[in-house]
Amino acid sequence: MLNYTIRQLTAELAAKRVSSVEVAEFFLKRINTLGKALNAFISVDEEKTLAAAAAADRLIAAGKAGPLTGVPVAHKDIFCANGWKTTCGSKMLANFIAPYDAHVIEQFNAAGSVIAGKTNMDEFAMGSSNETSFFGPVRNPWNTETVPGGSSGGSAAAVAARLTPVATGTDTGGSIRQPAALTGICGLKPTYGVVSRYGMIAFASSLDQAGPFAKTAEDLALMLNAMAGFDARDSTSLQREGEDYTRDLVKPLAGLRVGLPREFFAEGMAPDVAKAIDEAIAQYKKLGCEMVEVSLPNMKLSVPVYYVLAPAEASSNLSRFDGVRYGHRAPEYSDLIDMYNKSRAQGFGAEVKRRILIGTYVLSHGYYDAYYIKAQKLRRLIAQDFTEAFKQCDVILGPTSPGTAFKIGEKSGDPVQMYLSDIYTIAVNLAGLPGMSLPCGFDSAKLPVGLQLIGNYFGEAKMLNVAHQYQLATDWHQRMPQGS
Amino acid sequence: MSLTLDDVKRIAHLARIEVDAKEAAQVLGQLSGIFALIGEMQAVDTDGVEPMSHAQDLMLRLREDAVTEVDQHTAFQAIAPQVEADLYLVPKVIE
Repeated sequence: MLNYTIRQLTAELAAKRVSSVEVAEFFLKRINTLGKALNAFISVDEEKTLAAAAAADRLIAAGKAGPLTGVPVAHKDIFCANGWKTTCGSKMLANFIAPYDAHVIEQFNAAGSVIAGKTNMDEFAMGSSNETSFFGPVRNPWNTETVPGGSSGGSAAAVAARLTPVATGTDTGGSIRQPAALTGICGLKPTYGVVSRYGMIAFASSLDQAGPFAKTAEDLALMLNAMAGFDARDSTSLQREGEDYTRDLVKPLAGLRVGLPREFFAEGMAPDVAKAIDEAIAQYKKLGCEMVEVSLPNMKLSVPVYYVLAPAEASSNLSRFDGVRYGHRAPEYSDLIDMYNKSRAQGFGAEVKRRILIGTYVLSHGYYDAYYIKAQKLRRLIAQDFTEAFKQCDVILGPTSPGTAFKIGEKSGDPVQMYLSDIYTIAVNLAGLPGMSLPCGFDSAKLPVGLQLIGNYFGEAKMLNVAHQYQLATDWHQRMPQGS
Repeated sequence: MSLTLDDVKRIAHLARIEVDAKEAAQVLGQLSGIFALIGEMQAVDTDGVEPMSHAQDLMLRLREDAVTEVDQHTAFQAIAPQVEADLYLVPKVIE
């Protein structure tokens, strides 16, 4: 059961060789042992999980099972789930019980999947290592001295350690792709607007997008089928025809034009990462792909642009945490302003405060044009670079992260170093494009390397095709950490 | 440009986050490093470029001006720090 894909698991369920309750019990046992050691979960509720599994068993017995019925899904603790503690990794929301379901949760519930628990994450999704969580760092199952990446580090570690078959995450600047890379699994960020943000605690609304984590590209496609779709409650949700994201998986890749951005390969990649990426390129050539050099000249500016735009949006979004309607309120204060000041000073951690302060500054009088408008203009240039590149290729390929998993504590004292670890992922969010990471090898310390694919707008099915064909020819996605 | 301690105190006030003197000095050091990174933006000429605020350049959807929310104040106020008679309580603001 440990390594079952969604299709293998649902086939066993359909054949009544195992029940959904037995599947849930199997994974809960792992969550309560291995999961504790990794600190991958913030909330586990066996009663709720087993009740959902029993409901799934009734659907299966009635012949009403869908492609995800009875499948445990761990959700990043950024998604509101009715009756579940939803903390967003923050002291601010440490006792917040969500009074409603996020759209993503509704979709999985409607599909008959089972909530396996709520996973640990960087506070308010701000981080690249899962070290900013109020609930403590998550450990990477490949080497527990190292980080799993972030911000969706708990979800990534949970899938990598086989604590759950699949999980959800969110990606504002790489928060799905980078942890997927660092833990040796697959993760996908859809085109902005494909998955509703309703009930997903907001960080930077023009960049935030939810997506799936799984062991295989095929599982990502099945999950995306459930997650995608128009939702009127999200003002930026796109009104489009529904898609079957599995439809192109089996297409051969012969003749596919793969773009290699010069800037991705210029400098900065660790030698072991570069070697694994080169081997993946050789594999794609064997599959009949044609490599095309493309250029993203403004990519180097994506980190500075992101650290203006994301904090600006965050400072606005997080102004809702005022100690009045929900969340932490300081026990002592002198007046209303003092209550705000103290509640927010106590409720937010250092990285969140830092970003709120940056955002407040760049939006403040006299600095708005020099920072915020300037960054928005550069955002357009970065997006246009991709538009030009996609005139020459069908999909873009490169590394997900410049290095592999780093030691806990190694970068946490230096925000700028931490920010630069997202150099390959951030531009994709700024442009609003879909991107994914899949495992493509290991470094000399036996830590996984992630391969990033970037698709054109709404190119998820194509990207998943490109990933699936690679996984038919290689077995990196079948490797799992020892001790798991 | 370089940030000063007064800038940190001013933005902390605007952001409604209490920052003591020791913290302010620490934050100043970190923010200065981050703004040095952000400063790289100024090297590129963006005259005549239209700012991009949304990934798809779409107009935000409008909907009918009609009530769509159901009354859930009991559920929402159950998680509030302080409530009385269906009202959220805050320190006195008007004498």
